[in-house]
Amino acid sequence: MSAVVAEQASTPGTPGTTDSTSGTPRLREGAFGNATSLACRECGHEVALGPHYACPECFGPLEIAYDFPAVTREEIEAGPANIWRYKALLPVPTDIETSPNMEPGFTRLLKADNLGRTLGIDNLWVKDDSTNPTNSFKDRVVACALSAAREFGSKVFACPSTGNLANAVAAAGARAGIKTVVFIPSNLEQPKQVNSAVYTDSLVAVNGNYDDVNKLASEIAGEEDGWAFVNVNVRPYYAEGSKTLGYEIAEQLGWRLPDQVVIPVASGSQLTKVHKAFQELIKLGLVEEKPYKVYGAQATGCSPVSVAYKDGVDAIRPVKPDTIAKSLAIGNPADGIYVLDICRETGGAIEDISDDEVREAIVLLARTEGIFTETAGGTTVGVLKKLVETGQLDTSLETVVINTGHGLKTLDAVSGSVGPVATIDPSYAAFVATGLA
Amino acid sequence: MSVSVRIPTILRTYTGGESEVTASGATLADVIDDLESNHAGIKARVLDDNGRLRRFVNVYVGNEDVRFLDDLATPTPDGTQVSVIPAVAGGC
Repeated sequence: MSAVVAEQASTPGTPGTTDSTSGTPRLREGAFGNATSLACRECGHEVALGPHYACPECFGPLEIAYDFPAVTREEIEAGPANIWRYKALLPVPTDIETSPNMEPGFTRLLKADNLGRTLGIDNLWVKDDSTNPTNSFKDRVVACALSAAREFGSKVFACPSTGNLANAVAAAGARAGIKTVVFIPSNLEQPKQVNSAVYTDSLVAVNGNYDDVNKLASEIAGEEDGWAFVNVNVRPYYAEGSKTLGYEIAEQLGWRLPDQVVIPVASGSQLTKVHKAFQELIKLGLVEEKPYKVYGAQATGCSPVSVAYKDGVDAIRPVKPDTIAKSLAIGNPADGIYVLDICRETGGAIEDISDDEVREAIVLLARTEGIFTETAGGTTVGVLKKLVETGQLDTSLETVVINTGHGLKTLDAVSGSVGPVATIDPSYAAFVATGLA
Repeated sequence: MSVSVRIPTILRTYTGGESEVTASGATLADVIDDLESNHAGIKARVLDDNGRLRRFVNVYVGNEDVRFLDDLATPTPDGTQVSVIPAVAGGC
């Protein structure tokens, strides 16, 4: 590891003020908890904590490096029933609970015996993140990004988004009293647009796909001072929020890791962070070390990582997305190569399914477990089914499937395929005639 | 062919802090060579040791990612906007 780059070094001070010589924000003591620096995942180059996201040497992604203290299960269990119970393992200050936030996390881990029986899996769980404040896992990552934005003294809280993130940023910004500007593709599902616009008067619809919106956000982040784009210039902090999914799965299973976990893949960030969480828990002695398999799920209409996996190559060829699973429709996945590495190293796999299979899986989960999932969750459950059918998943092993968000956000996906089985007059005879009696 | 090149924050140390510079060349490869002649060091940040675009940098000619075009051989007509942007992730 090289020394922390001096020109990007930050010194303690008042949040929101800027060092006149380096141009970087002054940070208050302990602003990022046990985080020590940002390290490039590709080349190991380190830079000081700040609103940086790309390695100045190789453009590789910067990730948070920590000096973790000894953490016990008891200390975690004594914490609040939200992600801040893991604050010692996140880039947030020890007083994080004192700032207004959405308090996401510690969502339900449901034993899915009905779905398990249907699919032939002995021991199946659903980690249901549709119960977060804005009904998706994005509340986790946004909470960490908000903390970083606050410590950097940012004036605007922003994001490019396929919907769920825009919902979470707009809501969290409202609660925190910070201006939000969120950018979405103009063809996004109407419910996701409304779910953002209700929280902010600065929802911007961009003519283009997500990758176009992402490009625009990156350009704005490079030009506008004081803007914290949660998944651009504060991305290293934001992404750490996904680790809490992994922590919770392990804690809710009684402080042990599952044998297998199936995770949706868009950029690949969530999958890599759940794996990171499992590794940290092992390193900290909070769970016993054991082998586990990580599986990735994509929709066929945007499956560059699945294609690379099946082709046995390391390079991911970007694609133009065409799928109803819009929250997975990222044609140029930044963390895709790491997803390939993790799935291969752990003995898992990456699979993809058609839009019709996504719809069928949404209905399957709803009718077996009473969970209405969005298209990304349908993709994940549908891929779980395909992994069983193709013999890629061991049905005797304990398996966790992640549901990222709520089906009410993507109602159109199934509204044409479900509805009343009959329309009858209000008489008992008419009911009997339906054959349902 | 004179083109305008948008420079990301982490490369502005090579352009004297400028966020946009002009360069010339018939293809993206030529433009990068021209950038290097005026802003020494920038080429090694954008291309890897094998002379290919680094994995985590996206380069656009107009609004199109050159990976969907002809990569470094992508033509850069006069007046084209070239953008160099670090890859970032969203979604799951």
